[in-house]
Amino acid sequence: MLNIENLHVATGDKPILKGLDLDVPTGEVHAIMGPNGAGKSTLAYALGGRPGYEVTDGSATFAGKDLLEMDPHERAAAGLFLGFQYPVEIPGVSMLQFLRESLNAQRRTRGEEELSGADFIRLAKEQAGALGLAPDMLKRPVNVGFSGGEKKRAEMVQMGIMAPKFAILDETDSGLDIDALKAVGEGINRIMRAPDKGVLLITHYQRLLDYVQPDKVHVLSAGRIVKSGGPDLALQLEREGYAEVVA
Amino acid sequence: MTAPLPTRADEAFRYADIKALGEVWDDLGPPETVEIAAHKSLQQTWLPSGDPIDVKRARIVIEQGAALELYALNAADRYGRIELDVTLHAGADFAFRAANVGSGDATLEVVTVVRHVAPDATSTQTVRSVLGHKAVGSYLGQVAVAREAQKTNSEQDIKAMLLSREATANAKPELEIYADDVACAHGATVGELDAMQLYYAAARGLPPAQAKALLLEGFIGGLWDALGEDSEIAALARTRLRELTR
Repeated sequence: MLNIENLHVATGDKPILKGLDLDVPTGEVHAIMGPNGAGKSTLAYALGGRPGYEVTDGSATFAGKDLLEMDPHERAAAGLFLGFQYPVEIPGVSMLQFLRESLNAQRRTRGEEELSGADFIRLAKEQAGALGLAPDMLKRPVNVGFSGGEKKRAEMVQMGIMAPKFAILDETDSGLDIDALKAVGEGINRIMRAPDKGVLLITHYQRLLDYVQPDKVHVLSAGRIVKSGGPDLALQLEREGYAEVVA
Repeated sequence: MTAPLPTRADEAFRYADIKALGEVWDDLGPPETVEIAAHKSLQQTWLPSGDPIDVKRARIVIEQGAALELYALNAADRYGRIELDVTLHAGADFAFRAANVGSGDATLEVVTVVRHVAPDATSTQTVRSVLGHKAVGSYLGQVAVAREAQKTNSEQDIKAMLLSREATANAKPELEIYADDVACAHGATVGELDAMQLYYAAARGLPPAQAKALLLEGFIGGLWDALGEDSEIAALARTRLRELTR
């Protein structure tokens, strides 16, 4: 579903990813772990098309299409969801308006009919409820005044509303207490665990993987995947540390 | 008899399009007079006239305990000017929420004098400018607090967003205070659309023009909160913003 070959990405003039290979087949959840500065967030942003993250070599295809040729909003419409490590605040724009316009923009790009206001509200309330986010939060400006945990729950609500084919979740577990971690983990399973979907979980810690069982775990270090394995690899990393495992 | 045409040496006209003003000057009547009687309250909305040159002037007196809520969209294609001279008596309240939305060569300005002449009055002015192409948007606002006007509470909250390198924003909040027990706040910022907000919106599926329009709507949207997003002024502002980002 997501195939990355020999990916090189630079920010400014600084090379961050240096020949990354990764293949996530349809129906699988893969975790990418790695120390600070390994290039985890750079991978997420490069796949999401963030300006300033320049792909200097290599390829990335998503569901058979050249991902790198697409604008960020086209990637979203194609079914890619990027969960942000630091969800962005947008004062003055309500979460409901933001998500309704976003979803309908995606649907227009795909040539589908727009969702009516009533249908959208129903969908949004249902997803907020499932994530334990008070529906009133959706009336507030996007992420403004949300706690760290609420922001991450809200990202999962957004994912539930968009119902993407593939999710790249960049440290969605950082800054969460145990209850929120559990809610977010269950959200990922509920929304994305399906034979026709896929997930790339980017994380520092093993703890999210207690809730979301990965099919494969990859270790990213100095811009490349240096080791891949089953779920046990995450436990080994937790026990022994990156330095030991990568060496 | 018409007063002589102002020049840019005139402080209240330092950013004005004098040539455009000259074209309508002889036809401008005296400023409209608005009086709010004691303990009455009034809400008014000023929409653009639709003419390329659109000058609105008012002398407003808010009597004791009275209140005026004034909403204005300044969006003429060539020259838009909103000029207010407001006098507040004891316990009066003046709330002014205005936006300059312009593109092309438009010059848009809001020029206010707010006079607190008696105690316990409040005035809040919130002005947002969104300027594309070579547009110029200005706010010149004077708050004058007389010696008798103790417990005055006034605020000037001025923000501008520039969508092009050639657009210009001017903000000049000014305080003249003769009373010693007052709270007068003012703030002015000029900025550009936030790259990270734009990217976040794009990552959720919004094409660039729609993302910009939405962020700008958020930037000025708070102005019309009390009127609701379906109000005529909110809808008109939304249309202008979409034109600006197309």
